[in-house]
Amino acid sequence: MDIPRSWRLRNQRYLLEGTRCSHCDQKHFPPVLICPACQSRETAPFAFSGQGKLYSYSVVYQAPSQFEAFVPYIVALVDLEEGPRITAQLTDVSPEEVQIGMPLEKVIRKISEEGERGLIFYGYKFRPLVTY
Amino acid sequence: MKLSMKPDKPVGIVGYGAYVPRYRLPATEISKLWRGGQDRGALPVKEKSLPGPDEDTITMSIEAAQNALLRAEIDPAQIRSVWAGSESHPYAVKPSSTIVAQALGIAPYTTAADFEFACKAGTEAMQAALGFAASGMASYALAIAMDTAQGRPGDALEYTAAAGGAAFVVGPAENAVAVLEGSCSYSTDTPDFFRRSYQKYPEHGNRFTGEPAYFHHIANSVNTLLGDLDLKPEDFAAVVFHQPNTKFPQKIAKMLGFSPEQIKTGLLAPRIGNTYAGASPLGFTAVLDEAKPGDRLLLASFGSGAGSDAFSFVVTDRIEAVKHKAPSTESYIERCVRVDYATYARWRNKIRHF
Repeated sequence: MDIPRSWRLRNQRYLLEGTRCSHCDQKHFPPVLICPACQSRETAPFAFSGQGKLYSYSVVYQAPSQFEAFVPYIVALVDLEEGPRITAQLTDVSPEEVQIGMPLEKVIRKISEEGERGLIFYGYKFRPLVTY
Repeated sequence: MKLSMKPDKPVGIVGYGAYVPRYRLPATEISKLWRGGQDRGALPVKEKSLPGPDEDTITMSIEAAQNALLRAEIDPAQIRSVWAGSESHPYAVKPSSTIVAQALGIAPYTTAADFEFACKAGTEAMQAALGFAASGMASYALAIAMDTAQGRPGDALEYTAAAGGAAFVVGPAENAVAVLEGSCSYSTDTPDFFRRSYQKYPEHGNRFTGEPAYFHHIANSVNTLLGDLDLKPEDFAAVVFHQPNTKFPQKIAKMLGFSPEQIKTGLLAPRIGNTYAGASPLGFTAVLDEAKPGDRLLLASFGSGAGSDAFSFVVTDRIEAVKHKAPSTESYIERCVRVDYATYARWRNKIRHF
């Protein structure tokens, strides 16, 4: 992640902001200009609720250098409540606790750091739903 | 001359939220490593909360503030200030508060700033936010009290330096869950505890910790506030003091005439340690979770350097309707996974990967 890209994508990464098709109501993440379902160009920003379910996952032990601090960590396919299936890291869960189908919720966490002097990148991860 | 402060326009806490990370380091893990387990039985806390490797003051502030917004039941865009008090802001230059504002949909029409005053940075932000709302400059203001405190390995502070905190949306009294009666701040130049720029760990001013710092400042802020409001200790349903350990808040309560029962709900230090700027505000959220309409509550922080902010609030009927709109403080404390010293040392950068 570089600085301009991180800035450009901040609402996607913080608010899980995708698009909704005004014509057929399909929701998309990441955002799209043309709806893949009905080819309408009438798409508007849409913030996802952050609720979802775990579709599948993989535990990463050999990580790219920017993620080494988090090893072992879990990369997941998350089915968002509103439809789209997205890729995200899981957090606050160990490989022993994770279960396919478990309800998840979005949290904002540190994704990576540009060394000791650079920017800290924040964005969405998912954790097991905290019930209260 | 009145020494305490009271708003002209009635204001209060409209929404509150807590956050405590999931991990705990038992105090016995520290004493086993550094003291051969010798001081077992006389440890300052049972365990302390520990942030995960992807957590910091910013991520924790976002979750606490989100909980406060859920209870406030307002559009985030109505908030005109995001003030974050902490001594562990991830950046030396770049505000935590703008990231929080962006992540919660509060940006762009808001003022944003980071507050700093050791363990009372959070109540400073609360007091400023209450004043901002009371002046009419803002309908709603957000104040955050959050820390991921660090103690030098082997130092007495390592047992207690913990992570967690709270956030408060403040605004008009008619929407409040707790209305402000008054506040008193007492600050002097007292060298009890400090950390110089570029230093990772703080230093103690030895004999200044305790009597001339914690006890003197809290006693003055609380006694002056009670005098000005014409209140007595028994008028309060619950009281929260800054809690650097278990003993200090128990001792100040006794000194000022409060019973162990009054401090019980808000005394979280034995179970999660000292969350620094987060400590007394987090204890206050635990009290609000249990509060009933009409309860009078006292919050008194302490920050090294040194000062204390005391607040008196009266709980309204709205508390019952919003309590359950976000996770309780107790649910965060119960949600815990214990880790060993090695995991803690890796996550908190006490050992490095080269």
